[in-house]
Amino acid sequence: MDINTKELKKNAFRVTKVRGVTSSRVRVPGGLLKAEYLGKIQEIAEKYGNGTVNLTARQGFEIPGIPFEKIPEVNQALQEIIDGTGVNQTGKARGEGYPASGTRNVSACVGNRVCPYACYDTTALAQKIEKVIFPNDLHVKIVLTGCPNDCQKVRMGDIGIMGMTEPQLDPERCVSCGACIKACRSKSVDALTKVHFRPERDTYKCIGCGECINACPNLAWTRSPQKYFRITLLGRTGKKNPRMGVDFIKWADEDSVIQIIKNTYEYTRHYINPDSPGGKEHIGYIVDRTGTEEFLRWALKDVHLPEIAEVYTPLNWSGIEYAHNKYFGNQRYHEDGTIVTDFSV
Amino acid sequence: MGYVADREQFGKLFSYWEKEYDIWAPKRFHGGGRFSDTDAVRYAVVKEPDEIEFDEKSAYSWKETVLPPSETLFYYTQTHVEEAQAPAKKRLVFLRSCDLAAVRRMDQIYLKNGDPDYYYERKRDGLAFVMIGCPHTCENGFCVSMGTNASDDYDMSIDLVDGKYRLDFRRDDWDAFFAGVGAEKADVTPARVTENKVQVSVPENLTFEVGKSSMWNQYDKRCINCGRCNFVCPTCTCFTMQDLYYDANGNVGERRRVQASCMVDGYTDVAGGASYRKKNGERMRFKTLHKVLDFKERFGYQMCVGCGRCDDICPEYISFSNIINHLEEGMKEVADNESGK
Repeated sequence: MDINTKELKKNAFRVTKVRGVTSSRVRVPGGLLKAEYLGKIQEIAEKYGNGTVNLTARQGFEIPGIPFEKIPEVNQALQEIIDGTGVNQTGKARGEGYPASGTRNVSACVGNRVCPYACYDTTALAQKIEKVIFPNDLHVKIVLTGCPNDCQKVRMGDIGIMGMTEPQLDPERCVSCGACIKACRSKSVDALTKVHFRPERDTYKCIGCGECINACPNLAWTRSPQKYFRITLLGRTGKKNPRMGVDFIKWADEDSVIQIIKNTYEYTRHYINPDSPGGKEHIGYIVDRTGTEEFLRWALKDVHLPEIAEVYTPLNWSGIEYAHNKYFGNQRYHEDGTIVTDFSV
Repeated sequence: MGYVADREQFGKLFSYWEKEYDIWAPKRFHGGGRFSDTDAVRYAVVKEPDEIEFDEKSAYSWKETVLPPSETLFYYTQTHVEEAQAPAKKRLVFLRSCDLAAVRRMDQIYLKNGDPDYYYERKRDGLAFVMIGCPHTCENGFCVSMGTNASDDYDMSIDLVDGKYRLDFRRDDWDAFFAGVGAEKADVTPARVTENKVQVSVPENLTFEVGKSSMWNQYDKRCINCGRCNFVCPTCTCFTMQDLYYDANGNVGERRRVQASCMVDGYTDVAGGASYRKKNGERMRFKTLHKVLDFKERFGYQMCVGCGRCDDICPEYISFSNIINHLEEGMKEVADNESGK
């Protein structure tokens, strides 16, 4: 059997532990699809796979147990799903499956089509970003969440996009019930205080979650017409130095979000280690190498932030350093109760 | 007298009214709803005929035209008091028959319940009413049960049917003007609802004894005492007072009156720190019996007009009509308990 595993992977099939057997990775940008495609996935799983479907961590489906020789047929069968999920198939002919799988599915929480807390349509923005970045072989994880509750855990991705709204107070509609102040204190950052019977918002503290708006019984608080985003940067999991993404920009607009994503790809293409295994390197490690300033120079190119936007500086990541002892030694407890540093490991 | 006006003719009428009136009507605020990408429909001064929302019921009621959520009554210095200005213009209010019935309730409390309320009266005097017909029932309204589904007590009625405004008016001073804009005379009757999805019946034998029923207990937990039901209610009249001194000069300030809610904390606070009706179930009992019992005992007719706004807005899906319909059972429970059954 002769199979180009590099091409296979790019085509969104996996090299599994069973020789000659692959699994098909179905991407669902924004995590929302028409229910009819579930039937299609079932059909593929039962006809070509082993009759099971894996729900992936990034809101896709993985259909396991497919013999390599069935790949062309599976790709044909996938076409309907590719069309229906709005996947950018540029680079492949119809019926040839996915053109790339390096960049991961743009995942998103359920968003404002359903959730009362969400500050924007996460699905729509995820699908928009999909069109902009795919097909792409770079290993990038973009995560969208509707509000600062961050159910989608954006800080685990390279680029995190968290919905915000700027609360607008119509003081004449305020009845001094205190519901907003209570909600902000108990559920958010305690940014509201009562001044002359009405709430005053500490704009420095406010994270734009909209709890005050949802709590207000009289529509004194409403949402800003402009939708805003907090962008978090360079979170990652993995075997070297997993860490949470840090705040980059508070109160960014959608255009800036898209431009920063594009710029980050440009930067990554330019600086990625050509010898990186499988051509994959978390952007964070590249930034560790080039320095944050160089990254920011690229990331903010042609970005026109709204006046309200706050850019965080400096950007400091922390995280778990699995190989920490190699550089700094291991702290060990000595029998006599003292702590010694051991470089022998 | 009935007329049918097209959009252009209605536009002329609108401009005519605007000279004399601020026109208050349900207005759609795009993106102005509580949740992201939702609209709000509430009362506001409209500047264009097309701003009037004819389809969706306003979430907040007509009462904001006379009882704003917050209103400054007067300003004070160390020695002087200066009244806040009365509205410069009269007000033409577009409202549905349930709200028109609520006007009578509001008048009852503010004008015919002891001395008339000065600040209410000076706004009320300049009000004229345009009743919007209801071609179909709304989701939660029970106007038919409350007898508020029809009214003749309007200055004009209006129905927007297939792009034509069907108008019936009862004021001689507008007659010449209607003819002047070229509106066509016609036989016009405002649309009315004759059957709601929701029906209620207030028990004939209802007394305050029902307060002893266990029916109120569920609301201790279910209700979150947010007060939405009160703030949207066209017949809730309660307010509280706020005196404040300005930061830049602590010797001058203003007095406001602000809508109050019997569901919200603080309503029953009294001097010395005591507070009655701490439990939300007790508050629900108080509100219910004020709406369908106590007001009627004092004034001879029901306070609740059945607009259903309280049900529309409750985030906890508590239905006021459902509470009314459980009063009979509650009365029976109390009677059974008292007789030792």
